[in-house]
Amino acid sequence: MTVPADLRYTKDHEWVRVSGDEATVGITEYAAGQLGDIVFVELPEVGRSLAQFAAFGVVESVKAVSDLFAPLTGEVTAANDGLTGSPEQVNSDPYGEGWMIKVRLADAGEVDELLDADAYDALIAAG
Amino acid sequence: MPYGPHTAGDRERMLEALGIDTVDALFDDIPADLRASGLNLPPPEPELELAARLGALAGRNRTDLASFLGAGVYRHWTPPNVDQLLLRGEWYTAYTPYQPEISQGTLQSIYEYESLLAELVDLDVVSASHYDGAAATAEAGLMTCRATRRERVLVSKGVHPHYRQTLAAYFGGGLQLDDVPLVADGDAAGTIDLEALERMLADDGRPVAGVIAAQPNFLGLLEPMDEIGRLAHAAGALFVSVIEPVSLAVLAPPGAYGADIAAGEGQPLGIAPQYGGPYLGILASTDALVRQIPGRLVGMTTDVDGKRAYVMTLRAREQDIRRDKAASNICTNQALLALAASIYLATIGPHGLRDVAAQGAARAARLEAALADAGAPRLHPGPYLNEFAIRVPDARAVHRRLLDRGVLAGLVLADAVPDEPSLAEGLLVCATEVTTDDEIAAFASALAAELPAVAAVSAPAAEVA
Amino acid sequence: MGVVGDPLQPTLFERSRPGRGGDKIPHPPKDALDRIPASARRDTPPALPEINEPEVVRHFVNLSQLNYAVDTGFYPLGSCTMKFNPKLNEWAARLPGFATLHPMAPDEVAQGTLQLLFELEEWLAEISGMRAVTLQPAAGAQGELTGILMIRAYHRSRGDTGRDEVLVPDSSHGTNPATASMAGFRTITIPSAPDGGVDVDAFEAALGPKTAAVMITNPSTLGLFEKRIGHLLEVVHAAGALAYMDGANLNAILGRFKPGEAGFDVMHFNVHKTFSTPHGGGGPGAGPVGVGEKLVPFLPAPRVLRADDGRYRLETVGERPTSIGRLRSFVGNTGVLVRAYAYLRAHGGTGLRQVSDDAVLAANYLRKRVGEAYDIPFDRACKHEFVASAAGIKKRTGVRTLDIAKRLIDHGFHPPTIYFPLTVEEGMLIEPTETESVETLDAFADALITIAREAESDPDLVTSAPHAAPVGRLDEATAARQPNLRWRPMAGREMPCPD
Repeated sequence: MTVPADLRYTKDHEWVRVSGDEATVGITEYAAGQLGDIVFVELPEVGRSLAQFAAFGVVESVKAVSDLFAPLTGEVTAANDGLTGSPEQVNSDPYGEGWMIKVRLADAGEVDELLDADAYDALIAAG
Repeated sequence: MPYGPHTAGDRERMLEALGIDTVDALFDDIPADLRASGLNLPPPEPELELAARLGALAGRNRTDLASFLGAGVYRHWTPPNVDQLLLRGEWYTAYTPYQPEISQGTLQSIYEYESLLAELVDLDVVSASHYDGAAATAEAGLMTCRATRRERVLVSKGVHPHYRQTLAAYFGGGLQLDDVPLVADGDAAGTIDLEALERMLADDGRPVAGVIAAQPNFLGLLEPMDEIGRLAHAAGALFVSVIEPVSLAVLAPPGAYGADIAAGEGQPLGIAPQYGGPYLGILASTDALVRQIPGRLVGMTTDVDGKRAYVMTLRAREQDIRRDKAASNICTNQALLALAASIYLATIGPHGLRDVAAQGAARAARLEAALADAGAPRLHPGPYLNEFAIRVPDARAVHRRLLDRGVLAGLVLADAVPDEPSLAEGLLVCATEVTTDDEIAAFASALAAELPAVAAVSAPAAEVA
Repeated sequence: MGVVGDPLQPTLFERSRPGRGGDKIPHPPKDALDRIPASARRDTPPALPEINEPEVVRHFVNLSQLNYAVDTGFYPLGSCTMKFNPKLNEWAARLPGFATLHPMAPDEVAQGTLQLLFELEEWLAEISGMRAVTLQPAAGAQGELTGILMIRAYHRSRGDTGRDEVLVPDSSHGTNPATASMAGFRTITIPSAPDGGVDVDAFEAALGPKTAAVMITNPSTLGLFEKRIGHLLEVVHAAGALAYMDGANLNAILGRFKPGEAGFDVMHFNVHKTFSTPHGGGGPGAGPVGVGEKLVPFLPAPRVLRADDGRYRLETVGERPTSIGRLRSFVGNTGVLVRAYAYLRAHGGTGLRQVSDDAVLAANYLRKRVGEAYDIPFDRACKHEFVASAAGIKKRTGVRTLDIAKRLIDHGFHPPTIYFPLTVEEGMLIEPTETESVETLDAFADALITIAREAESDPDLVTSAPHAAPVGRLDEATAARQPNLRWRPMAGREMPCPD
């Protein structure tokens, strides 16, 4: 199970890659594996404001559905349109092509509230 | 036990395996103070006696009438192979195809149903299925709210009153439903009031999610569907067309006039009237709304060996997975009736279906002429397919007296739509391919005989309900 | 075809040949449609298949043989009560007096059916201990919606408008929370206690002035009677809320427990479960709803009434303004209700109680036998169904409940309900019903035990099952990612219409 060291994580299994005042968000390999074959991802439109830990979208597999929670407060600057036609990228490349949204951060301090790789690793190891 | 297999010895053996003396021990967990007081019901009835009782009850219903009653449920010729095929236990006694490997029959039949109905309505996605036309229409209304994130739906008063009442009940959770009036007189009398619709759509403070209109409408009249759709779309609303499936062999389908959703009653497709059901709720939409459509969807796919196979799909919309966020609570639907519709359509064929629709129109024209000669002209001037309203003074009393003459003279509109004064003298009558010349003649002569008689007695005897 | 060759069938559309079939209806006159304006007419005829009747018959007979059904074998699908469907009931529903009756026919034309419906309501009221019954809802889920809408109307009628929450146990059917949402309520999920019942502390903590209703399935979806039901109902009523009973599992308690007597305010019946009306591959059903005194004014319209002279009639439009209105067209799925009525009459009071006794006895016997090889998470007397788990087998062998279910197909059985309730790991919900013989129960238990052994000795055999079905496991991911939901008959588009 890959848990890249340079990312931050939520307890709900989203990952965040922060670059300047922009963060890229997706779900972890562990989460994608738990859901099984992802068949649909519903993402917010660009420009929408997200509050930290509020639901921003939905991910569906063949037989399960899960809300997506925003790791950070901010405005959506991009949504991954590629997932519309190829939702399987969330399974095959969760930290790359399977990214979901980019957010312009409102409060960089919130990043400190997220888990680091070690803490997330421990979380999933505990099941 | 009429159908149970257990002998005394079988029960004994099972109790012994469980180490208990009586089955009562298995009900110990019901608190003593809450145990039932017993069932005060008659004793079991052997099959012979029960059959006689059921036969007697069925016999108390009158089946000897020449019927011109439609109003959403229509008599048609159903080829006998429909019911004979339906009765196979492999269809009848299976359940929802949760295990696709041993349910390919049901799954393929549903896929075929979706495909056949998609052809008829000229839309992409057909849900299989809903309880009836009313529930399907209500679900269509809810769909428009989910899809547009608006909370107000406009429904034409030309939609079946039961459907409008069902919409009202389904919308009681906080959504708004407004009636669009019908034109009162003139050439367009009895059809949707387009000017009123335009005004209602222009209410900026209360944006409209969907507009619902029926083709043909409840009064049998043809509506300007393309115009209604244009107005709805111009206001950012979705357009729901309430259809009658047989008519779609000859009338423009919802897809052709831009409807986003079609809903309707599938009963005319090989399903008996049965005093109200089970029927078949048709619900179809464009591809754009596929994630909003409630009810089961079956798709074609392949198995591990690459063989063509069918499976329930887009399941994550449904209640057993999405629970409180599901598109609907629908679970058990009308699979067997969807199958009946498929067998009917496959047997009757495209030309046969056109014949059914056109023959109904021809019989209805003959009926119109005969009733007009008898003194009951049409109530509305506009075009109709096979159902229309006639003007009969003291309609309720005449209707009652015609029963004694062996004629079920359609529907008393004042009973079905009491809030529409323009229909107070109306009887809604229909003809289909099974309506005979003899029945039409019987209706016309009975009506001719009753009309002056009623006129004479109606003044002193006002109360004849 | 049939007993030889590939059992899979081409679609109706592939069987179509222009010019085949038809001639069921006399041709209409040429001018039949001339009075329909061109703007309302269809340009291109629908591309429906053209097939002659013998081919139609073969198509559907061959397709039917790809189905597993109660009439072909044991179908222990938990929560669905797949009991035998008596053939007399099919005969009865097809009597012309019942089958051809128009739903808007005047009451005097429909006296036989109205009497049947009236008596059926009385039977269901007696069975449930409720004050009155509506037969209108078309299925259990619609019955739930009916019940919750009545509860909302009840609170509103008292000016009690702050109640916008419905409590639902986590083991409930998905229809319960979905229904609450449809009726405009927020769902509060209550966890289960370790013994499988509702967690009373969590339940009481969630209950309050915002609670409109609680929805409880009893026996629960784990097949267990809710032992603390008396207390739960007391605190619900003390909080001013009403109690809804999901009657899906009524088959366990006929004559033993009457929800209305015990204090439930409203419940639905699934007549296609408890009262043997056929499941039809996923419907039709019917979902009558029984109510206590408080909710009688709000029942859907029209009700069936009996006048003093013994004649029956339907309520007229607007006759009872307190009604929540109607949930569907006409009076209900009457054809289904005729079958349920026949079932009830065939059994009578004593027979109905025997139904539950035998269903519960069979389930407990099977629980005991299946327990020889599977975990039984709640090892106490069950009602008409029980949960077994393959969690231990999975840990040891990697074989999952899904695999075991598929392998059961090879052994000639329909799998039980799997992964429901969601609260049990690797769960399977097994419901034998009262119409299965002890020989069948033993054969099924033997098969499950054999598969448990196969999981240890030859796990690949199980994980690659089924091997004996017409098709193997399906590519459900592609089906959902690129949905193919209808046949696109490209060639049929230009189909000529000969007349």
